[in-house]
Amino acid sequence: MAYSEKLLDHFKNPRNVGSLNKDSKTVGTGLVGAPECGDVMRLQIEVDEAGLISDAKFKTFGCGSAIASSSLATEWLKGKSLDEAAKIDNMDIVEELALPPVKIHCSVLAEDAIKAAIKDYQEKNGIPVSAELVSAH
Amino acid sequence: MNNRRLIYLDNNSTTPCDPRVVDAMIPYFYEKHGNAASRSHQFGWEAEDAVDYAREQVAQLIGAEDKEIIFTSGATESNNLAIKGVFEMYAKKGNHIITAETEHKAVLDTCKHLEKVGAEVTYLKVQEDGMVSLTDLEAAMRPTTILVSFMWANNETGVIQDMKGIADICEKHGVLFHSDATQAVGKIPTLAREIGVHLMSFTAHKMYGPKGVGALYVSRKNPRVKVTAQMDGGGHERGMRSGTLNVPGIVGFGKAAEIARLEMAQDAERLSKMRDRLQAELTQLEETKVNGNENSRMPHVTNISFKHVEGEGLMMTFNQSIAVSSGSACTSASLEPSYVLVGMGLGDDLAHSSIRFSLGRFTSDEEIDEAIKLVANGVNHMRELSPIWEMYKDGVDLTKIEWAAH
Repeated sequence: MAYSEKLLDHFKNPRNVGSLNKDSKTVGTGLVGAPECGDVMRLQIEVDEAGLISDAKFKTFGCGSAIASSSLATEWLKGKSLDEAAKIDNMDIVEELALPPVKIHCSVLAEDAIKAAIKDYQEKNGIPVSAELVSAH
Repeated sequence: MNNRRLIYLDNNSTTPCDPRVVDAMIPYFYEKHGNAASRSHQFGWEAEDAVDYAREQVAQLIGAEDKEIIFTSGATESNNLAIKGVFEMYAKKGNHIITAETEHKAVLDTCKHLEKVGAEVTYLKVQEDGMVSLTDLEAAMRPTTILVSFMWANNETGVIQDMKGIADICEKHGVLFHSDATQAVGKIPTLAREIGVHLMSFTAHKMYGPKGVGALYVSRKNPRVKVTAQMDGGGHERGMRSGTLNVPGIVGFGKAAEIARLEMAQDAERLSKMRDRLQAELTQLEETKVNGNENSRMPHVTNISFKHVEGEGLMMTFNQSIAVSSGSACTSASLEPSYVLVGMGLGDDLAHSSIRFSLGRFTSDEEIDEAIKLVANGVNHMRELSPIWEMYKDGVDLTKIEWAAH
């Protein structure tokens, strides 16, 4: 199975690896997946006073596609408003990284992680959770 | 493409051909191209002689007589022929088969197929070290049991079953014993008759021979075993396996068997030292686990779980340099962790974190040095990326987290 150059680049040189203070009110944390399934993603966003995502970090336990998907997601998140961030679609990730069909679940997980992080931030700050996030885990 | 030779530590999936094997085969593609079943001319006689010679070479390796060797296309076909062939031939005697959960798919799926046509199959659980419990086997025996099938050595862990113990129980109950010995033949002694194995499947390409040729050993005396043919046609191989013989492949198989018989002991000694060094170095890393019974294991194999690191991702850190296999999800077409490791009671998370290293005749000490370095770096890199490694380090009890399974 040949991977795209972009995917390999994100895998070998992952962007924004690390942690933000999960107890901070300005930070939203999304933890999705399960070790038994072979994928766990933790994605965190920091939101500034203007409501824009000023920083994003991730750590992922998973295959190369899962790591690349979450690395790409953190790149895309920076500078976006929460509404814009919530609109990131897993198929955008599939397209950008040219994920093969058996790896599409990795992009779904990244989308779930983004939504979970936004939801966590909104709940922490008493902001009504965006309608499209209510069902997200 | 880079020019550096990839380090090949995946010899349990297949081995490269030994050059001596290829040299032996070449004439049988060209000037000696005859059909071994052609009785009327020199070409046919030459091919038949070559097959007879190879049959002796293969028989000698497993302590059998040449008439007890049936050539097939490989171990999958041999397993099918043995299990389906016995089931059909001994239908009057019974319909119960005993095997284990950690067998190769060629055995398990054959058994599943037979269940649809009236067989009753017991799939024994193995113990945590990968060994079949003799007590469980004894308890599973029924008056209708006609066949017991256990692999000699496991493909994923290298665990070697107590073959003599199993054979003795089969003997006591008068039940046939088949073994898928694909991973063992040519690497450790596998004297079928001496041990008490009545049917044995194996293949050339796991012992430095060519792909596409294998054999089924079928005992001819004490007991005289018969199998119903699964391939009908010209009545080759004493009617048990029709089809024009793969003469060059069989010649190569014979040569590979001869080399294995003569060099097995020294190969095993050399490889086990290298394997032990690889394992000792890699288990210096924190939170690793060797899977399978280390005291009853193939000399060239080790299967290691690196906790909190996913196997396929780990392999991707070094797969430009080293070829290995993982027990994790996405490596194969299925998205399941290794059923062999899960069958040994390993959690799915540890199964996903496992890597199988299988060394071979052409593995060098320098390659092991390089592999140790690259794998250790990969594990450390992946752990820096791993949220569950961070949680583990922070003292979080991972079993208490409510994971959102997807």
